Formats: sequence, C-alpha cells, structure tokens
Amino acid sequence: MTRLLLTGGLLLSLPDVSAQVRLPRLPNGRPDFNGVWQAASSAHFDIERHMARHSLMLRDGPHGPLPAQQTLALGAVGAVPGGMGIVEGGRIPYKPEALKLRDENRQHWIERDPEVKCYLPGIPRANYMPFPFEIMQNATQFFFAYEYAGAHRDVLFKDPGPAETDSWMGQAVGKWEGDTLVIENTGFNGQTWFDRAGNHHSSQLKVVERLKLMTPYHIQYEATITDPEVFTGPWKIALPLYRRMEKDARIMDFRCVEFVEELIYGEHRRNPLKR
Amino acid sequence: MRCTVTGFLFALATATAQGQRTPEGKPDFSGMYDIASLTPLVRPAQFGTRLEMTDAEAEALAKKVAATVAADSRASDPDRKAPAAGGDIGSYNQLWFDRGTQATRIGGKWRTSILTDPPDGRLPELTPEGKAIAARNALRNRTPGEPFWIKENLKPGPFDDPELRPLTERCLGTFGTSAGPPMLPAGYNNLKQIVQTKDRILILNEMIHDVRIVRMNAEHDPPDMRRWFGDSVGRWEGDTLVVDTTNFNDTPGLFSASRNLHIVERFTRIDANTLSYKFTVEDPTVWTRPWSGEVVWPRTTQRLYEYACHEGNYSFMGILKGARLLETEALRKTPE
Repeated sequence: MTRLLLTGGLLLSLPDVSAQVRLPRLPNGRPDFNGVWQAASSAHFDIERHMARHSLMLRDGPHGPLPAQQTLALGAVGAVPGGMGIVEGGRIPYKPEALKLRDENRQHWIERDPEVKCYLPGIPRANYMPFPFEIMQNATQFFFAYEYAGAHRDVLFKDPGPAETDSWMGQAVGKWEGDTLVIENTGFNGQTWFDRAGNHHSSQLKVVERLKLMTPYHIQYEATITDPEVFTGPWKIALPLYRRMEKDARIMDFRCVEFVEELIYGEHRRNPLKR
Repeated sequence: MRCTVTGFLFALATATAQGQRTPEGKPDFSGMYDIASLTPLVRPAQFGTRLEMTDAEAEALAKKVAATVAADSRASDPDRKAPAAGGDIGSYNQLWFDRGTQATRIGGKWRTSILTDPPDGRLPELTPEGKAIAARNALRNRTPGEPFWIKENLKPGPFDDPELRPLTERCLGTFGTSAGPPMLPAGYNNLKQIVQTKDRILILNEMIHDVRIVRMNAEHDPPDMRRWFGDSVGRWEGDTLVVDTTNFNDTPGLFSASRNLHIVERFTRIDANTLSYKFTVEDPTVWTRPWSGEVVWPRTTQRLYEYACHEGNYSFMGILKGARLLETEALRKTPE
C-alpha cells in the first residue's frame, strides 16, 4: 500500500529507469549480468568522503600536510582526487582503537597496503578498484574474473556452511531475491583492506552484497558490512558499476606479481640495482 | 504419431546420456573437473611404441603408486639426521601430492602416455635453437650445493635475478603443463572449473589461480599484444569446442617453447561426466615437428579452494637469498 502511494510520487520526481528499460535476461529469466564492468569513482583511494589531498601518503609540512618522502616523486600523479565517498553517512563507524589503527595505516600506507605488494584484494575492494572485471553468468554459475592480480570469485548457490578455511577473497554464497543477486561473503583472512586510505577490518568481516541490474549499462551495487571486532555496528556502501562499452571489451592480463618483484626481491639480485 | 513420440523419447534419452546443452544448443561443459592421472605425458621406455597398456599393467601401476603413497605417508622419524650438505633433500611429503589413483582410460583402453603423436610417445627432436633454450632452462633446475655458476663462469647465472627463475617459483603462473595450454595433469591441484556462456569459455586452473578467458568467435589480438599464457579464441565445430592460442611472451612456461608457440585444443564430450581433451602443440623455433596428445577431464563434486601463491611466497626469497649466501661463502673460501 505504502509502495503504491510512493510509486506515484517517485515517478514524478525520480524516474525509475529500470521500469522503462528492457533488461537483458538469460533464457531462465534472470537478469543477464554477463559483460565487463568497472566502477567510476575515487572509492579505491578512500571509501569515505574526502577532499583531494597532496598524496597517497603524507607527512607534516611547515604549512600543513605534504607528500611523504616515498611518494614525493610522483607529483600530481600521486595526489588523491576528492570524492563524496561510497559509505552511507560518509564515515565508517570504527571502534576507537580501530580508528587509531586506520590512521596509523594511512601514515604507513606504502608499507602496509596489500595492493602495493599485489596481494589479492578481497571483497568489497575488488569491485571498485580502477580495473575492469568480467562477470560470467549462466543458468547455474555466477563468476567474477577481476583484471587486478587475476583475482576471481565463484558464487556458490548451495550454501556449504561456514568457510572451511580463511582466504583473501572469502567464501561467496549467493541467492536471488527477485532480480537482485544477494551474495554473502565470509571466511576472510583479515589481511585485506577497503581502499588506499588504510581502512581495514578483521577476519570477522562479513559482506552482504546486493547487485541489481538497473539498465543494460549499469549495476547498482550495495554492500552491508559487519565486523564486531572493528566496527561499532553494521554500515553500508553503495555505488554504481558501469558496463565497459568498448567493442570487444574484455579484461586484460594484470599479473602484477611480476611488477612487484623488484620491490620485494630486488635487493636479493646478484647485482642489485641502486636503490 | 507413435514414431514421433518414440523419436522424441530417443532424442531425450540421448541428450541425457550426453549431458546438458546450453540454451544456444551447444554441449554444456560448465562445471568442475579433476584431471589427475597416472598416465605421464611422455611414454615410459618399458612400453616401447605401445599407446595402450594392458589391464594388468594398469593395475600394477596403480598398485605401485598406492604403495609409494602409503610408504611416504608414514610419520617421519623424529630422530632422523639432516641430509648431507649439497645432497638431495627430496620433495614435498605425500600429503601435498594428489596425482590420482589410476592411469587415463580412453575408449576402455588404458593409455601409456598422454602423447599420441609422434607415435613413439616422445616429444619430437628439438631444433638447434630449441636445444639451446632447453639447456639454459635445465640450469635453473640444478640443485646448487655449491655456486656452480661462478665456477662455470655462467653469465647470467641461473639464480642471478627473479626474472631468470621458472614462472612457478615466482608465483607468476603455474607449471607449463598445468595451466597450459595445453592443460595437463600435474602432481597436485588438478582441478579445472569451466564457466561457459554464449560469448566466453572461462577455464579456471586451480594451481596458482590462472583464469583463462576464451573469447568465442573472436579474432586474435594483434601480434604485438603478448601474454604469458597466450591469447585464446574459440569456435564450435559441431559439438567440439576448438580453442586456438597464440601471442605468447618470449619465454612461455611450456618447456622450452618460444614466442612462436601455437596450440590448438579440442574439447568434446565422451559422456555426461567426461570430456575428451585433445591438443596439438607447434613451435617451429623449438620443435622439429608438432606434437599431440589426449587426456580425459572427468567431472568431480570436489570444491576448489583459493590458491594464494604470491602472498605466501617465502621460498622465492629463500631461493635468491640462498644463492647469494652460497656466493658469499665461495668468495670467502677463495679470496681474490
């Protein structure tokens, strides 16, 4: 009843595009998510709302923050663009000690961010990194292949119970609620981050994602995040994911393991390069 | 009328025996496969030119492997001595291996080798360039009890830089014959997951989590676009999925292959739970002729767990640091 009343009002003010656009569907009637998708946001820098800042890592300068020594040479390329954030309400409800760790993480970003070492990104971070990912969906499978680090995720539609082992990408159990795919992610190892701003969680992390195809060209992505060790309560993120429209869009190889060998192992070469 | 019904029922029965089809009418290969097998790529000398082994031979092989597994699964002697310096320290414990329990069986016959061509079941002769690459690669696997590369004045030495080590040690990609192509049985982590859609065939290789995305009815990338595991495009020839892979990097993981490596794989259904996997490898820079083989991919209900290799790659650091230590010790013994 309420919905009926509301619908009239919403149609006048906020046109519901999904009602007007014919969604692509699989022969079994499910919305067809097949394709290459990518976020267009600054969430990968910082999921909280933030103004642009000098650098990914800062130190105190005479008149305010300046780029840290390790990121200085990058100049404007190493600066962080601003963003309204993807966290509902703008701020993550950290427990005090967890907030302290976040700030410390930010100060030591280059040593601590798992992305710098090309480690698997975890969920939800994989979904809004500045790389495309491809969804492969058929009648029984729903598979995410991420360009970054060759990460991937197979959504299980039969719940196997609690994850038997911790992992970087977690265990994804999916179910359909009408046209919305709901994925419950658990079984994390607690070593991944949310972004390049030190936002973190523990192995108690639980991420319940909701993916809804709004038009053939965009998905509304939402996730509810709980972690009783780190946060005072559940919180939500939301952002659209856009279809990559290039002809023959695809994910490329980004085997960044190769790109961090000099960083991780370079000093153990027989003739190390000058550092 | 009756004829039509019978015909329909027959078609239905056949479809069931042959497994599901996709909405587009193609055989549906989606699912999980465990391709572990005791049949090696190259035919053991004892079988001569025979492609098939007898039931008795297959049973003997299975028993021999089972006995080895049982023997190596016993608890280690807590008082055992350290191996001699520079000696063979062996490999993983059996716990880590999962080679399967029987040989490959195709059409009811046990196979002596995966290789079907050349008919002798051995890899073809290498070209002079292939021999040079193979010799260089062999150096990587020499166990260094001493820094032989100093004594033999090898420049570069096989342990000088990360880039000179095999892809597997670097967690960059797995054994050339596991992620492939061709994707063949290995000593462990033999699961393959196929996700099939209208435009894509995704094959996830469990070991070191290699995701292969085969673009259907697509053209290969331009020749300057190269990848460690090549660029794979697919097409249907009737009910056979044909995957063509080119555009490899200069040093692909497959044995001593070069950037001119070209692989054709053919997936067909034997029955609802088994795929036939045939492949042909050609690289005129390295081998004097193409080589081909066949294995089966049986479906499994096992789950595939995350294989995070790089994140815990402590051994690679150890390999490089160990080489540096050997060099330092050698220099200390013979001051210049």
